[in-house]
Amino acid sequence: MDTFATPKLTSDPEMATPPPLSPNAMAGCQSFVAQPAHNEPLGFPGELVDDWQAVAVAKMGELLERYQSLRVFLDICVKCGACADKCHFFLGTGDPNNMPVARQDLLRSVYRYYFTATGKALGGLAGARPLDEDVLKEWYTYFHQCSQCRRCSVFCPYGIDTAEISMAAREIMDTIGMGQKYCNEVLTKVHKVGNNLGLPEPALANTLEGLEEDLVDDTGVEVKFPLDVEGAEVLLITPSADFFAEPHVDGLIGYAKVFHQAGISWTLSSHASEAGNFGMFIGSSEQMHTIANRIRQAALDLGVKRLVFGECGHAWRVAYSFLNTLAGPWDFLDPRYPVPQHVAEISLDLVNRGAITLDKDANADMTVTLHDSCNVARASRLGDRPGGQFTIPRALIRASVPRFIDMHPDTICDKTFCCGGGGGLLTDELMELRVKGAKPRMEALKQVIDEDQVTHMVAMCAICKSQFTKVLPYYDYPMEMVVSLHQLVSRAIRLGGSP
Amino acid sequence: MYELNGKTINHDEEGYIVNLDDWSEELADKIAKDEELDMTEEHWEVVKFLRDYYQEYQIAPAVRVLTKAVGKRLGQDKGSNKYLYELFPYGPAKQACKIAGLPKPTGCV
Repeated sequence: MDTFATPKLTSDPEMATPPPLSPNAMAGCQSFVAQPAHNEPLGFPGELVDDWQAVAVAKMGELLERYQSLRVFLDICVKCGACADKCHFFLGTGDPNNMPVARQDLLRSVYRYYFTATGKALGGLAGARPLDEDVLKEWYTYFHQCSQCRRCSVFCPYGIDTAEISMAAREIMDTIGMGQKYCNEVLTKVHKVGNNLGLPEPALANTLEGLEEDLVDDTGVEVKFPLDVEGAEVLLITPSADFFAEPHVDGLIGYAKVFHQAGISWTLSSHASEAGNFGMFIGSSEQMHTIANRIRQAALDLGVKRLVFGECGHAWRVAYSFLNTLAGPWDFLDPRYPVPQHVAEISLDLVNRGAITLDKDANADMTVTLHDSCNVARASRLGDRPGGQFTIPRALIRASVPRFIDMHPDTICDKTFCCGGGGGLLTDELMELRVKGAKPRMEALKQVIDEDQVTHMVAMCAICKSQFTKVLPYYDYPMEMVVSLHQLVSRAIRLGGSP
Repeated sequence: MYELNGKTINHDEEGYIVNLDDWSEELADKIAKDEELDMTEEHWEVVKFLRDYYQEYQIAPAVRVLTKAVGKRLGQDKGSNKYLYELFPYGPAKQACKIAGLPKPTGCV
C-alpha cells in the first residue's frame, strides 16, 4: 500500500553528510484536515472561515503580544545555517522546507509583512510576503512536518525554538478552522471520554482486571492495578496507550510490580486516565490548562498524597515544566515529595535503597541501548540533579540488564534524534514522513546492532514506542526490538518474600 | 464510498465506515479485499471477537486482551501479537478494526 521507498541506511551514525536537496519532496505529504466534529467541541470554527486572512493576522498579533519569545525568535535569526542539517525530517527527506530555518521562515515572512516596518515598506526585498492560499497550504503542510522535538534549538547559537514557532502556527490555523484531524480528534476524546484512546471506564476496569489475572498466572503474586481508590498514597497518571498497546503495557506491568513490592499504595484514575496533553502540540494554552486540571481534580477527589507520571514524553514536559502554572498550587499533597515525580526516579531510588531488588540475569538474553525521548531529554529533568533525565534511566537500565550500550554521542542525551512520530504526527497518513524521519535514529541504532550486537532499544515515551513498533519493520528490524523502560524492570524485579 | 449491492456506504479518509450500523459480513469481505487480505476462518474469529467486545465496551479491546482471547479460541500458539500481525499485517488494532467496521483507535498507539 505504501508508495514510497524506505531510505537506505548508510552506516553514517552521526548523519555527517547532509542529503542532496530535494525541493518540495514532501509537499504532498499532508495530514488530514480536521472536520467540524473535531473542531467545534474545542471551540474552534468547524471549517475555514470566510475572512481567514484577517483572522489569522489578528491572531498572530495577539500571540506576538502574549509570547515575547515568539517575537524574539522571529526577529533574531541571522541565517547562520547551524540548524540546517540538524532536523531528522530534513535529514530523512532532503526537502529544504524541513530545514528548521526554512520552516521558521514560513511564519517569519508573514510576520515581517504585517508586523515590521521594513517588511511593510520593502515586501519581498525584506523577506516579507502576504498571507495567501499558497502560504496557508505551506504552513499546513510543513508545520505538520515538525515534531516539536527542539533538536535544532540545541544547535542554534541564539536558542531559537522552532517548536514554539510551529505551535504558534498551529494555534493560528486552529483559530481560522484549519486544524489537524489527528490532534483535534484526540483532544475531543479526552474531553468526552477521559483519554486520548477513547477508552471508557468499564473497558479500562476490564483491562486492568485482565492484567491482574495475567500476573497471578505468570508470577503467582497478587499484583493489583487499582482504579479510583480513595485514600491511596500515589496517583499514577500514565498515557492511555499503556492500557492498550505493546510494548507499552509491559511498562505498566513494571510500574505495578514496583509499587507492589515496595508496599506503596497507588491508584489510577478513570477521570484522568491519560497523561498526554495534546494541547501542547497545537499550541493551545487553554486546552493545556483544561486537560491538566483533570489531574488536579482526580488528585483532590481521590485524596492522594503524591503525583507520579508513567512513561510519556510530552506529558512529562507538561508535568515537569508547566504543571504548577497550569493546575497548581499542589499544597494539598505531601510536601516531602516533589510534584510531580517520574516513575523512573521512584524505581531507581527504591533500588538504591534496597527496597526492591532487581535480578539482571532475568534479562541476560538482551543487550540494550536507550533512545532518549525528545521531551524528556530537552524539555525537562528527572530527579534533583542536572542531567538526571539522562543518568536516571541509564542507571535503572544498568540495574536491570547485564549489558547496556549507548548509541553515537551525537544522537543521545540532549542531542537525541526524534523518533519521527512526536508532536502530533503519529498518524498513518504521514507514514512516509514518519519512516523517513526515523532514518537518523535508525542509522545510530544500526551501528550498535552491527558493532555491539544490541538486541533491544528502550523507549520511555508512548509515542516513541508506537512509532518504532511501526517503523522498525520498514528498516528490516523486528518490531519487538523496542521495549519499555519498566518492561526491563518488570522482568528483573524479585517479587514476594524479603526484598 | 464503498459500493455494495447497489448501496453506497460512507467511509472516512482511511476507509473506516462512518455509520457503524452499515457493517455486514459482505462489507467486511470487500474491505478486506481492498486491503489485499483473504478472509480465513481465523480472520473471522478475530473480527467477531472485536465486534462482540465493542458491543459491550464501545472500544476495541487492548492488544493484550485480544491476544488472550485469540489464544483461547484458536489455540495457545496463536495467542500472540506476532500471530495477529501475520493475520493483519497493518496491525491487529487498526486493520482488523477497519474490517470489523469499528472506529480506528486513536492517540499514541
